[in-house]
Amino acid sequence: MSNVAIRAENLVKWFGEEDAKTVAVKNASFAAEYGQIHYIVGPSGSGKTTLLSMISGILKPNEGSVILEGEDIWGMSEDRIADIRLNKIGFVFQDYHLFPRLTTAENVAIPLILKKMGWNEALTVAIEYLDIVGLKERAQLPPYKLSGGEQQRVAIARAIAGKPDILIFDEPTASLDGDTGRKIVDFVKTKILNEKSCIIIVTHDSRIYEFADTIMKMEDGKIIGFEKNHSHEK
Amino acid sequence: MSGILKIALKLLVNDKSKFTALLVGITFAVFLMVMMTSMFSGILTRSSSSVYNIGAKIWVMDPAVNNATSSIPMPDYVLSAARGIRGVKYAVPLFFGTAQVKLKSGAYQAATVVGLDDATLYGRPELIKGNINDIYGDNAFIVVKDAEYTKLEKPDVGTDFEINDYRGVVVGLAKVASSGLFGIPTIYTTYSRAITYIPTTRFTTSYVLIEPKSDSDIPYIQQQIQKLGYQALTRDQFVKKISDFYTFKTGMGMNILLMTTISFIVGLSISGQTFYTFILENLEKFGALKAIGAKGKELISMILFQAAFTSFIGYGLGVGLASTFMILARLRLPDYAAQITFTILGFAFLMVLIIAGVSSYIGVRKVLQIQPFDIFRG
Repeated sequence: MSNVAIRAENLVKWFGEEDAKTVAVKNASFAAEYGQIHYIVGPSGSGKTTLLSMISGILKPNEGSVILEGEDIWGMSEDRIADIRLNKIGFVFQDYHLFPRLTTAENVAIPLILKKMGWNEALTVAIEYLDIVGLKERAQLPPYKLSGGEQQRVAIARAIAGKPDILIFDEPTASLDGDTGRKIVDFVKTKILNEKSCIIIVTHDSRIYEFADTIMKMEDGKIIGFEKNHSHEK
Repeated sequence: MSGILKIALKLLVNDKSKFTALLVGITFAVFLMVMMTSMFSGILTRSSSSVYNIGAKIWVMDPAVNNATSSIPMPDYVLSAARGIRGVKYAVPLFFGTAQVKLKSGAYQAATVVGLDDATLYGRPELIKGNINDIYGDNAFIVVKDAEYTKLEKPDVGTDFEINDYRGVVVGLAKVASSGLFGIPTIYTTYSRAITYIPTTRFTTSYVLIEPKSDSDIPYIQQQIQKLGYQALTRDQFVKKISDFYTFKTGMGMNILLMTTISFIVGLSISGQTFYTFILENLEKFGALKAIGAKGKELISMILFQAAFTSFIGYGLGVGLASTFMILARLRLPDYAAQITFTILGFAFLMVLIIAGVSSYIGVRKVLQIQPFDIFRG
C-alpha cells in the first residue's frame, strides 16, 4: 500500500494575463508521505505559499493535478473541496487567524462545529485538544490574552481537532522568537505527528530545518532541490 | 441554534462597540419611522374624529366635501328624499358649525357646534355628567370633556356662557372616542337650537345621517343619493376620503413621507456602514473559516443571521422607545396625536427587513469574494 498522503503533479500557476502575466509556480511535482514532516523552503516570492495553497485545495492551479486518495481534488466541486479541507486537511496560518471574540476553546471547536458536532460536545473535545497542547487552563480566555507561542499552540489545537490526515503550517515560526519557534516545531514533531498523519511546513527559517524529514527548495517558482534528512530514517 | 449560528452570534455580540453602534442605528431609524408614521396616523384619526364620534353608518354630503368640518350645507329636500329611499330605516339631519364662545372670564374661544336631530338625538355622545333629556331645556348645551375641555375654562353642569349673543348653559359633560384635529372644543346641542344660535347660509343641513335597514341596502341607497347629485358614503368611505384629502391634497402626507424616508436613509446609512465595517474587520476571519472548510452557504447564513438578529433587536428597541415616548408625551400633552397601529408596526418591520437585507447583501458579497488564498498570502 502506498504511503503517499498527497501528491502534486506538474503544478503550474500564473497570475495576470499577457504582459502582466507572472508565473508563480512552474511544473512542480512532489509527494508527501505519512509519518513525515515535509518542508517547503525558499526565499520570499519563490512560490512556496502558492504551491502550498494549491496542494491544500485553496488555490486552483492553471495546470497539473493534486491527487488525494487517488482522486484529483481540482476535479471536484467547490463544496467537495471544502469538505476535503474540513475533513482531510488542517491549517495553521502564519498569523494564526484566531477569533478574538471567541474563547480559546470555542476557537478550537470551530472545525468540529463545521463538522456539525453539537456545541457542548465540540467544546468538550476542544478542551481535550487544548490539554494536548498544554493550554487547558486557558480554555475560557480570549486568544488575545495569550502569548504568541500560546496562540500558535491554540492554532495547532484547532488544526488537529478535526483529526486531519494532512497538517499544513504556513511560516509557523515567523512571529515567534527562535527558542519558542523551535519548541513549537519540536512539539509538533513529537506530539502531533504520527504514522497516519503528514505535515507540510512552509518556512524560510533555517533554524528549524533539523526537524524536517524532507526539504524541498524552491526558487523563482521552480523546485530546485530535494533533500532527505537521513538522520531521521529508522 | 446550530453551532455555526452560535459562532456568528458570539462574533457579533462580543464585539460590543460595533454591536451597540448597529443597534443604535437601527433603533434610531425605527424610532423615527414609527414616530413619523404614528404621528401621521394620529392626525388622520383625529381628522375623522367627528365621523367616529357621531358613529352614523351612512353620511350624505355634497360631493365637494373633503373633510367633516368643512361641510357644504344641503337643501332640505335631500333629507326628505333620503327618508323615501327603499332600505332606509331612518334619516336625520346633522348640523356642523363653528362659533365664538364668550366665556365667564370674558375671553372668546372658538368651538365646534354639533346640532343633533331634535327628535332622535342620533349621534349623541356618551354623557359622563348630567341628563341627556336636559338638552331640550332652554339654551342647553353639552360640553365634550376631551383634550380641549380646559379651553372652555373647565365648565361644569350649570355653567353659562355666551354664544353669538345668546345665553348658553351647560347641562351635561360628555366623552367621545376621539378628540378633534384642530384643538377646538366641541359642544353639542339640538339641531333646531344650533341653526337658531349660529349664523347659517340659506341651507342648514350639513349632513344627512342614514341608518340602513341592512348592510345589503347600502349600495342601492348610495345609488339613489347619487341620482340627487349628492354623495352617500359609509363611515369607512368617509374616513378614507378625509384621509386621502389630508394625505394627498394638503402636503401633509408628502412631508411625513419625506421625513420617514429620511429616517430610513439615516438608519440604513448608520447600520449599513457599521455592518460593512464589521464585515471588513472580520473579513480575514471569514476567509480563515473558508480555508478551514466552511462552505459559502454557511458563511452566508452567518451574515444573514447577524444582520437579522441585530435588526430584530433594533426593531424591538425602536418600537419600545417610540411607545414609551408616546406614553410619556400623552401624560404631559393631552393634544398629542400619535398612535401606533399594526400597519405602522408592519411598515417599520418591512423597512427594517430592507435595512437588514441591504446591509447583509454588502457583507455577503464581500465575504464571498474573499479567497482563502488571500489569508495565506497575508
